Amino acid sequence: MSAPRRERRKADPALSDPERLYVITGDTDGERAALDLVTMVVAQAEPSPTVQPEQAAILRLCRAPLSVAEISAYLSLPFSVVTSLLTELLATELIESRAPIVRAALPDRSLLEAVMHGLQKL
Amino acid sequence: MDFRSSDTITGPRSEDVLPTTATAAVKVVIVGGFGVGKTTMVGSVSEIRPLTTEETMTQAGVGVDDNAGVESKTSTTVAMDFGRISLSEELILYLFGTPGQERFWFLWNGLFEGALGAVVLLDTRRLQVSFDVIGRLEERGVPFVVAVNTFPDAPNHPVEALRNALDLPEEVPIIDCDARLRTSSRDVLMTLMRYLHSLAVPFA
Ligand SMILES: Nc1nc2c(ncn2[C@@H]2O[C@H](COP(=O)(O)OP(=O)(O)O)[C@@H](O)[C@H]2O)c(=O)[nH]1
Ligand SMILES: [Mg+2]
Repeated sequence: MSAPRRERRKADPALSDPERLYVITGDTDGERAALDLVTMVVAQAEPSPTVQPEQAAILRLCRAPLSVAEISAYLSLPFSVVTSLLTELLATELIESRAPIVRAALPDRSLLEAVMHGLQKL
Repeated sequence: MDFRSSDTITGPRSEDVLPTTATAAVKVVIVGGFGVGKTTMVGSVSEIRPLTTEETMTQAGVGVDDNAGVESKTSTTVAMDFGRISLSEELILYLFGTPGQERFWFLWNGLFEGALGAVVLLDTRRLQVSFDVIGRLEERGVPFVVAVNTFPDAPNHPVEALRNALDLPEEVPIIDCDARLRTSSRDVLMTLMRYLHSLAVPFA
């Protein structure tokens, strides 16, 4: 093939990427809980008249488990806005969250087997 | 910011509501150039109609400023398609198709960090488009497989020629796929999981 050839790169743990200058927009003063796109959220209570409309909508959406990404999609709100709203709901224990299973240095074989088992049924 | 009054919000369709046992989520990211079939792949394997999430990125003023005191800021909204596969009553797989501007893919905090791995969708008509993203995955230590989408007018390179052009080590799987077909997209994900599994057994 006469096409140009790529050059392999080494893993770089201390990435100094100039594009890191881009930051997630949002309120920088408010603390935000460490929520992933696929953190699962479940409501612990029905919305009361005292919560913001956005938060009431979240409580209604999350009667069954839903990921942060899905909440963002259904509310048409950016991810960082949703995580701010969720942080307050977490602080007041109106919702519960479950962190996702993330990649570890050594992959978890039983987890991967469970994923393959599920995919097989598709 | 506008917020639609909550009675206009449509949540999941009743058949898309997850069971209360669904508490463990994992994610996989699909990367590739514009029009390579990311949205198609997400849609073909997802149990829900693909959804879109977005994030706003702000670039603070960079470098020496000609007009001292004037801070330049530019904002960009980055949108991502995603889908969902319930693997069991407890375990849910989310698939994210990254947006077109590759420089933004890696800025979305946590998108790649937590992912089990990635699928690089390759258009053999525009191989170079994938060079940068493959390099970035390597730098960040994100394991990936390469899926070659079979477009009718695309040159059909032998796998070894592709491996050479992409400078990929022998163990990284390169497979053909048709992103429009559920079984084919499923097989790509299976290949990724088998590859990750092999990485978990270094001396097997
Ligand atoms: N022949 C063929 N066409 C495909 C395939 N995957 C996607 N397409 C078509 O390519 C176009 C772009 O796909 P899309 O998923 O929107 O690309 P994206 O920009 O990466 O999200 C659509 O018209 C798809 O129908 C494939 O595997 N084979
Ligand atoms: Mg797309």
